[in-house]
Amino acid sequence: MSRRLSLTQAFVFLLRRDLLLALRNRAEYAMPLLFFVLVITLFPLALGALPELLARIAPGIIWVAALLAAMLSLDSIFRSDFDDGSLEQILLSAHPVAVLVLAKVSAHWLVTGLPLLLVAPLLAEMLGMPAAAQPTLLLTILIGTPILSLIGAIGVALTVGLRKGGIILSLLVLPLYVPVLIFAASATENAAMGFEVSAQIYMLLAFLFLSISLSPWATAAALRMSVS
Amino acid sequence: MSSSALLETRDLSCNRNDRLLFEHLDFGLEPGQMLVVEGPNGCGKTSLLRILTGLRLADGGEILWRGEPIDRLAGDYYEQVTYVGHHDGVKHELSCLENLRLARAMGMPSTAGLDDILEQVNLYAYGETEVGSLSAGQKRRLALARLLATDAMLWILDEPFTSLDKASMSMFASLFEKHLQRQGLIVMTSHHDISLPTLSVQHLQLGRQS
Repeated sequence: MSRRLSLTQAFVFLLRRDLLLALRNRAEYAMPLLFFVLVITLFPLALGALPELLARIAPGIIWVAALLAAMLSLDSIFRSDFDDGSLEQILLSAHPVAVLVLAKVSAHWLVTGLPLLLVAPLLAEMLGMPAAAQPTLLLTILIGTPILSLIGAIGVALTVGLRKGGIILSLLVLPLYVPVLIFAASATENAAMGFEVSAQIYMLLAFLFLSISLSPWATAAALRMSVS
Repeated sequence: MSSSALLETRDLSCNRNDRLLFEHLDFGLEPGQMLVVEGPNGCGKTSLLRILTGLRLADGGEILWRGEPIDRLAGDYYEQVTYVGHHDGVKHELSCLENLRLARAMGMPSTAGLDDILEQVNLYAYGETEVGSLSAGQKRRLALARLLATDAMLWILDEPFTSLDKASMSMFASLFEKHLQRQGLIVMTSHHDISLPTLSVQHLQLGRQS
């Protein structure tokens, strides 16, 4: 009897809607990417002509910059929807909210995480990172940035109803980002020195699957609290 | 309370900032009936409506839809409800049609064509226009057009006539009447006087005790 869309259709619909919104607000979404590129290009200028040092700390620089860029973009996941009442409509949808949340987070990753992945090779080359480490760097960014979006979504959902939620958001989310930072940077560093990296990659994959399966539920529950 | 009531509340109560807004609230709404919630500002009208949508938890009591608590029904309840609150809930960067398509995808789609719906609320010429460039009244009309995009039985409306002109108000009043004739239910708050078939309208007065 129900003409309700299937869950997959609803997921794709909301994903496309968020991508369309991002396209129409290009400037806002370009900010994190610009930040990422700027921070990394400033390091060589500040550190001077020390190519060995730069190559040595490149994985750390790139990952710290990626993490801060992700934090910068977090608020946009739910902010505008909260402000104009669309979030209420999403919570009142006939579909499970966790699935819709996953669609929104996926869109957020496609708009803010994927561009980091695309420019990272260029920046790694610029910092003189050994060629052997670059595939590992890209792999860690590919696995790591979705985790940042998923964990960040919980934090945003908890703080979106607060007037000055920004500081609390970073305090909430940063500690949870640290394991990702440690394993990702350590994997890339190991790869640069020619060591085995599978342990770190498996850990990151474990984090990813854990956050994909748990974060949407936590985010949905937090959104309900923020809206009421 | 009659057993034919679709929407029922039992002993509902609500506090805000340690102040009791209402308690022991019991009412039942049958198909084709409308409930108008009245009372001064800050008496808990919006809170009551949000509790009925499940967006806000009641501090006591329960809400039944076809005899079952709404928190247990979840999606099965929500496909029967359309809520238009203080916020229009429309995206300013999207066009009218895109907004309606989204509203339709999130609920149980009605069979009416989107162009027909825009025609009904006098926004036909603005189908492809970005909502951000519309006036407040036009945005409100688009928000109310959501009611027609889905087949929800229960319409929960918080001050639906805000920023509407007289012609639009009577147009929506006749839409409400049609919805009631089709055995739909409406719960709304309004400070505007509208002419509706008085037979099927219940009035609930909040905030008298204080």
